[in-house]
Amino acid sequence: MRRTLGRLVRIFLLYGIRMLTLLAAVSILSFVLINASPIDPVQQYILGLGTAVSPEQRAEIEAYWGVNEPPLERCLGWLSGLLQGNLGESALFRRPVADIIRERFLNSLALMLCAWLSAGIIGFVLGCVMGMNQDKWADKLLKKVCYLLSSVPTFWLGLVLLLVFSVGLKWFPIGFSSPIGVRGQDVTLWQKLHHLILPAFTLSLMSFANIALHTRQKLIDVLHSEYILFARARGERNLTILRRHGLRNILLPALTLQFTSFAELFGGSVMAENVFSYPGLGSAVSAAGLGGDVPLLLGITLFSALFVCTGNMIANLLYGIIDPRIREAEK
Amino acid sequence: MKKTNHRTKVMILTILMAGIVIFFYAFGSLIPGDAAEGNFLYAGQPPSWGHPFGTDALGRDLFIRTFKGMAISMTVGLTASALSAVIALFVGIAAAAGSKWIDAIVNWLIDLVMSIPHTVLVILISFAMGRGLKGLLIGITATHWCSLARLIRGEVLQLRSRQYVAISHKLGKSTGWILMHHLLPHLVPQFLVGLILMFPPAILHEASVSFLGFGLPPEQPAIGIILSESMRYLSAGMWWPAVLPGLVLVLLVLLIDQLGEQLKIILDPYSAQE
Repeated sequence: MRRTLGRLVRIFLLYGIRMLTLLAAVSILSFVLINASPIDPVQQYILGLGTAVSPEQRAEIEAYWGVNEPPLERCLGWLSGLLQGNLGESALFRRPVADIIRERFLNSLALMLCAWLSAGIIGFVLGCVMGMNQDKWADKLLKKVCYLLSSVPTFWLGLVLLLVFSVGLKWFPIGFSSPIGVRGQDVTLWQKLHHLILPAFTLSLMSFANIALHTRQKLIDVLHSEYILFARARGERNLTILRRHGLRNILLPALTLQFTSFAELFGGSVMAENVFSYPGLGSAVSAAGLGGDVPLLLGITLFSALFVCTGNMIANLLYGIIDPRIREAEK
Repeated sequence: MKKTNHRTKVMILTILMAGIVIFFYAFGSLIPGDAAEGNFLYAGQPPSWGHPFGTDALGRDLFIRTFKGMAISMTVGLTASALSAVIALFVGIAAAAGSKWIDAIVNWLIDLVMSIPHTVLVILISFAMGRGLKGLLIGITATHWCSLARLIRGEVLQLRSRQYVAISHKLGKSTGWILMHHLLPHLVPQFLVGLILMFPPAILHEASVSFLGFGLPPEQPAIGIILSESMRYLSAGMWWPAVLPGLVLVLLVLLIDQLGEQLKIILDPYSAQE
């Protein structure tokens, strides 16, 4: 047990350092990219105000934002603010970026968590079904469905679902995370869920094909091994084989894949949130990009990188905890 | 009559599919720019014989717009995937054949690109380039080379440890000669298949980013833009601008994906005898 703990701490430190260098690089890279942009954030801000601005006022805004300071100084200023947890103020929402990210991330998290869990479970079960019935009709049909789904763009699937279930059948609302005209604190849990179902369904439809095909391949590899042949010779039935030999071998790779798919999950949620006008991080990042809201764009980019890296870290730690082969090798 | 074997069948199928894709592309490119001019008399019509995909809210024919847009999307997707495939080839070879620290840098760089979700990175790059076609191209190119570079790196590492490469070294052949005669012949099929299979995700990303408003300018009839315009009329029950152009996109992506798979069967020496 102590060995396991020691190893975990080692993995944690190793990937922690790697993660920190990556995050530092992401913050510098995104700053350089935004700095290179010909889009003038001050102009965008003024356009957003909707009123005429005198040159003096404009100069004041520029001085307040520090637009005319050299890029290096601005970058250092932003980075030192970052280390103190200050991400700056959003030009679009007129609120601290950290607050917006916190609030929006909770919405996104609800969406992504639903999609992630259902896609993982459905994908894994379907993968097992396909693997156990290799080359029979169930396998062929499901494989076709999986390939089809990985060729469909998320946003189009969202549009079609919106057409069928919201416009056609009127089962679900057309957008937003709560009904229009109801105050934030009056929204019931059911209303929130009601607005969540369709985006979450879209997102999980997009992600389960990958895990299903992966699980199928792994299970087929396992079923062709000699210990399975021996198990069959002993007279074990299919389900017993799956339970005793299959699941143990395929669960860990599937779990790892699920945790390393955070990048696609986040990317998918950007699309889904935009189609369903769901107020999460994904719709905020595209609004920030279109509105020239630099602090928000930088903040969300960094946050999304942190999110992806956390997923990879969990995958690495899981290997250390669960895989008995790695555990045994330590002894 | 001689029975056609599996390989010939695959070959015919591949040529047929390539033909359809090229026809799609040529058809779309040959449509003149003003063919999709709007006519308010025919605004918002459902699909009919005159307008197979119906017309949009400005009275523009969606069938023409869709195919025109498809050709533009294909140009963007093809350019971006060709560029990123070349980058992947060079980076992959450099990582595997160069010194240890180049390998470390390349791996770190791949991790860096992979650590930002693609959509966010493309938004960021598009913002940096001031939106428009150039930003879109650079963004998609910059995000798609990683997996193929990893594949090529692995392949080169494997090839380098083969005995015939070691013998070649001992016989005094130069590194360049070994690269040309022993490594490249193995890498070319990988590269070609990788290039074609990179095409579908590149097109899908192009459509997604245009849909969000970061890609092509709104006058261009790109698929993403048609679909994002259709959003506004969804609640009015106009289903055709959303469904039909997207369906064409999905069909094209499926077709190219299959083309890549068939080509893999033809080019892979292990399945050549089947």
